Amino acid sequence: MRRLGPIALCFHALFVAFILAPLLMVVAVSFTDKGYLSLPTDGLSLRWFRAILDNPDFIDAFWVSVWLALVSATIAVIIAVPASLAIARKKFPGREVIAAFLLSPLMIPHLVLGVAFLQFYSKIGLGGSFYGLLAAHVILITPYALRLALASATGLPREAEDAALTLGASRFTVFRRITLPLILPGVAGGWLLSFITSFDELTMSVFVASPATQTLPVRMYHHITQTIDPLIASVSTVLIVLTFGVMLILDRFYGLDKIFVGKG
Amino acid sequence: MSFLTLESLNKEFGDFTAVRDMNLTIEQGEFISLLGPSGCGKTTTLQMIAGLLPPTRGKILLDGKDITKTPPNKRGLGIVFQSYALFPHMTATENVAFGLEMRGVAKVERMDRARVALDQVKLGQFAHRYPKEMSGGQRQRVALARALVIEPPVLLLDEPLSNLDAKLREEMRIELRLLQQDIGVTTILVTHDQEEALSMSDRIVVMKDGDMAQIAAPLDLYERPLNTFVSDFVGKTNLIKARAAAGSQGQSVVIVDGHADTLTQNLTLALPGEALIEGESVTLSIRPEKFLMSKEGPGHKVEVQASIFMGASWLYRVNSPMGELFVTQPNTGAAGYAKGDTAYLSWPDDAVMLFSEAA
Amino acid sequence: MSAKALDKTPFLMTAPGVIFFIMLLGVPMLMTFLLSLHSYDFTTGIQPDWTISNYIEVLGDPYFHKIFGRTFGLALLVTVICVLIGVPEAYVLAHLPNPWRSVFLLVVLGPLLISVVVRTLGWALFFGGKGVLTMIASGLGFGEEPVSLMFTFTGMTIALVHVLVPFMVISVWASLQKIDPQSEDAALTLGASKLTVLYRITLPQVMPGILSGSIIVFALTASAFATPAIIGGRRMKVVATAAYDEYLSTLNWPLGAAIAVILLVVNIVIIVSYNKLVERRFAKVFE
Ligand SMILES: Nc1ncnc2c1ncn2[C@@H]1O[C@H](COP(=O)(O)OP(=O)(O)OP(=O)(O)O)[C@@H](O)[C@H]1O
Ligand SMILES: [Mg+2]
Repeated sequence: MRRLGPIALCFHALFVAFILAPLLMVVAVSFTDKGYLSLPTDGLSLRWFRAILDNPDFIDAFWVSVWLALVSATIAVIIAVPASLAIARKKFPGREVIAAFLLSPLMIPHLVLGVAFLQFYSKIGLGGSFYGLLAAHVILITPYALRLALASATGLPREAEDAALTLGASRFTVFRRITLPLILPGVAGGWLLSFITSFDELTMSVFVASPATQTLPVRMYHHITQTIDPLIASVSTVLIVLTFGVMLILDRFYGLDKIFVGKG
Repeated sequence: MSFLTLESLNKEFGDFTAVRDMNLTIEQGEFISLLGPSGCGKTTTLQMIAGLLPPTRGKILLDGKDITKTPPNKRGLGIVFQSYALFPHMTATENVAFGLEMRGVAKVERMDRARVALDQVKLGQFAHRYPKEMSGGQRQRVALARALVIEPPVLLLDEPLSNLDAKLREEMRIELRLLQQDIGVTTILVTHDQEEALSMSDRIVVMKDGDMAQIAAPLDLYERPLNTFVSDFVGKTNLIKARAAAGSQGQSVVIVDGHADTLTQNLTLALPGEALIEGESVTLSIRPEKFLMSKEGPGHKVEVQASIFMGASWLYRVNSPMGELFVTQPNTGAAGYAKGDTAYLSWPDDAVMLFSEAA
Repeated sequence: MSAKALDKTPFLMTAPGVIFFIMLLGVPMLMTFLLSLHSYDFTTGIQPDWTISNYIEVLGDPYFHKIFGRTFGLALLVTVICVLIGVPEAYVLAHLPNPWRSVFLLVVLGPLLISVVVRTLGWALFFGGKGVLTMIASGLGFGEEPVSLMFTFTGMTIALVHVLVPFMVISVWASLQKIDPQSEDAALTLGASKLTVLYRITLPQVMPGILSGSIIVFALTASAFATPAIIGGRRMKVVATAAYDEYLSTLNWPLGAAIAVILLVVNIVIIVSYNKLVERRFAKVFE
C-alpha cells in the first residue's frame, strides 16, 4: 500500500484551497450587508439576493439561457444519436470525414465561431435573433453530445441486438427495446453536458446575442466590465448553487471524471 | 536450519483476518505451493513475504535474519505478479535489466545478462519488443526472466500461469519446474489450481479462510488429507455422510443411512482404524479412481446414470447404496458401461478415508 | 461476396447533422475567411476588392506581434504551471483512500461546470484595488497601498491556471487509472527506491496524459476570452480580446476576421502536429 506523505497532503490542501478560494470569495461577498464590495464582517445579509429580484434583466437573461440550453441540448442529442449509431456501427465511405466534421467545433476557438456567426447572421438578416443564437449553440454543443453517444454506441454489444432479432423482434422493436436502453445513459449524460456547456457559454454568445436575447453569462459579463458590485456576486452565488446540483446529478449517474476526459 | 521462516504471521484488514497464525519453514531450494480457493489469503501471504504489505503480527526470517521490517526494495526477492506487471514503456530487455540497473550493474554488463536471461526463457528474438507487442505466454516469461536475473534468494510467483490457455499452461508448468530445479532457487508459488500445485511442488500448503489447513508433500496430501476440505479441494472425491456404530478394537464401523431412492436398507461398513464413539456423525471420502467396477461382482450393485468418455478414462455417475457416486475407470480399449447398465462396485479397505466431521 | 448496392442508411442517419453543419458551420466559416480577404475603409466600410493586406498588417505590425507574443507566452506559461501543479495533484487524488478520493475529485472537477465568468469574478474580487490582497498585505504590515493584480499579466496567469488546471488533472488522472499498480510494486521489489519508481515507472506511463492535458490547456488558453477580458482588460490585450475589439469597437471586421483565421489556423496546426507527435512516440507502447 502506498501512503501519501505529509508533503503530498500539504500540497493537496493548498491545491484544493486554490481551487475553492475564488468561489468561496464570491459566495462570501454576496452575503455582505454593505452597499459596496466587502466581506460580511459584521453580520450576514440577504439584501443582495433580494436585489436580484429588482433587476429583471438578470432574471430575463436567466430564462433566455435556460430555454436556449434546453432546446439546443435537445436538438444536439437528436442530431447526435442517429449519427453516433451510424458512425459507431456501420462501415461506409466518408465515415471518418463525417465524424471529424461533426466533432470539428471542438477544435475551433469559440471566438472564431462567434465572429463567423456575427457576420453570417447580419448577412442573412438573423442578427440578434433567438433562432440565430439557438443554431449557433447547437453547432457548439453537438460534439459533446456526439462524443458521449459515440462512446456508448461503440461499447454496445452487437450480439444483444442479433439475439433479439433471432428471437423474432422487428428492427424497430430491437431499437426501442435493446439499443435505446443500452445507449440511454450515454445520451442522457451527453444531454446534460450539452445543457451545461450551452448554459455557461460566453465567448461565442457575446458576438451573437442582442440586448433582447442576452444570455446570463453575457449579461453578467457586460455588468462586470461596467462595475463589480455585490449584486453580481449574489447572482454568481445562485449560479454556483444551481451548478452544484447539476454536478451531483452528473456525478451520480455518470462519473464526472468520465465526462471530462479529453474534453476541450 | 530452515532458509525462510514465517513465524505466527497475521494480517488483519480492520476486523477481518486475511491470514491467521501462519507458521511455515521452507528449506533452501524447496518448491512450495500455497493452494486454496479464491480469497483465502494466498496473495496476502505472498505480499507480506515480498514486503509489499506489512504483517499485523508475526515475523519473517530469511536465512536467519529477521526481514519483517525490511522494505521491499531492500529484500532482493524475485516476484512474478499475477498480471505480470511489466513496465509497458520499456522493451523486454529494458524490463529485465531494470533490477540490475537498480543494483548499479554497468550498462554493458546488464544488457548482456538481460539477454542471457531472456535466452534462458527462450525469448532471445523478442528482446526489443514492447510488452504490448507480445503474447500472454511471452509476457509471462519476460516477467520470469526479470525476477530471476537478479539472482534472488527466493522466487515468489503469484498465479503466474492463470492467464495462459490450457495447453500453454501445462507446457509452462514443466518448463518452470525444470528451470527452478536447474537454478535451485527457493520458490513459493501461489495457485488455486490443485493440479498445478500437485505437479510442481515439493510441498503444498493448503489454505482456507486465512488458516493453514494442511502442509504436506503432494502424494501425502492426495492420499492422506487431514480433513474433508482438503480431500475435496485437492483432487476429486466422493463425500458420504455416515454415523458411527459400536466397533471392536482396531476397527471402526460406520452406518450409511439408506437413501430412499437407491437403497432400502442401511449399509454397514467395517474399516481399519480406531473405534469411534457410537452415534457420532462422520464423513467418508472415496476418490473416484479407487473404485473397481465390474459386470458381475463382487461388490455393491449400482446403476449407471451417466457415462462420459474422457480419453484416458471413463467417468460414470452411478446410483449406489451410498447415494450418488462418481467413478473413474481407466480406458482399456473396450466399450464402457452405458446409461442404465447395472454393475458392481467394490473398493479396497484403505481407499476409504474417514473424517470425524459432518461434511 | 457479391457487390451490393451502397447502403444508404448510414448517410440518412448522419444527414441531419451534416446538412445542418454545412449550412451553419461551413458557410459562416467560409464567409469569415472570404471577409478577411477584403480591405476596410473607415468611411465607406468593407471594400469589394480581394487582398491579403489584412494578413500582412496582422503579421507585420509590432502592435499585433506584441499581442500574439503575449497570447502564446501566456499559453505556454499557463501550460507549464498546470503541469507543475496538476500532475502532482492527480497523483495525490489517485492515491487518496476512497471516500476522500471521490469527494476531492468532485471538488477539483466540479468548477469546470461553473461558468468561467463566475470563476473569473472570484479572482477579480481577490485582485481588485480594494480586494482581499490589499487587506492581506496591510494585515501583514506591508502598508496601506492597494495591491492590485487587476490588468496584469500575473493576474491573468493565476486566473487562467485556475480555470484550466482541472483539464490537466483529469487528463493525468485518466492515465493514472490505466497504470497497473503492480508495475510499481514490481519496480520496488526489484530494488528501486520510491523516488525512482515515481520517476522511472509512474511518470513515463502518465506521459501521454500529461501531453494531451498540455495541448488542451495550451489551446484553450491561446483562445481564451472571458478571463483575459475581465482580468486583463484593455491594457492587457490578447488575441481573442483584440479580435473582439476590432469587431465591436473599431468595426474593422475584415481585420478581425484575419485575426480569427490566424488564431484558428495556429490552433489547428498545433493540435494536429502535437497529436501526430504523441501518436508516433507512443503507438508501440500504449493502447
Ligand atoms: N486491502 C485490503 N483491504 C481489505 N481486505 C482485503 C485487502 N486485500 C485483501 N483483502 C481480503 O483478504 C482476503 C484474502 O485476499 P487475497 O488477495 O490474499 O486472496 P487470494 O487467496 O490471493 O485470492 P485469489 O485466488 O482470488 O487471488 C480476501 O477476502 C480479500 O477480500
Ligand atoms: Mg490472489
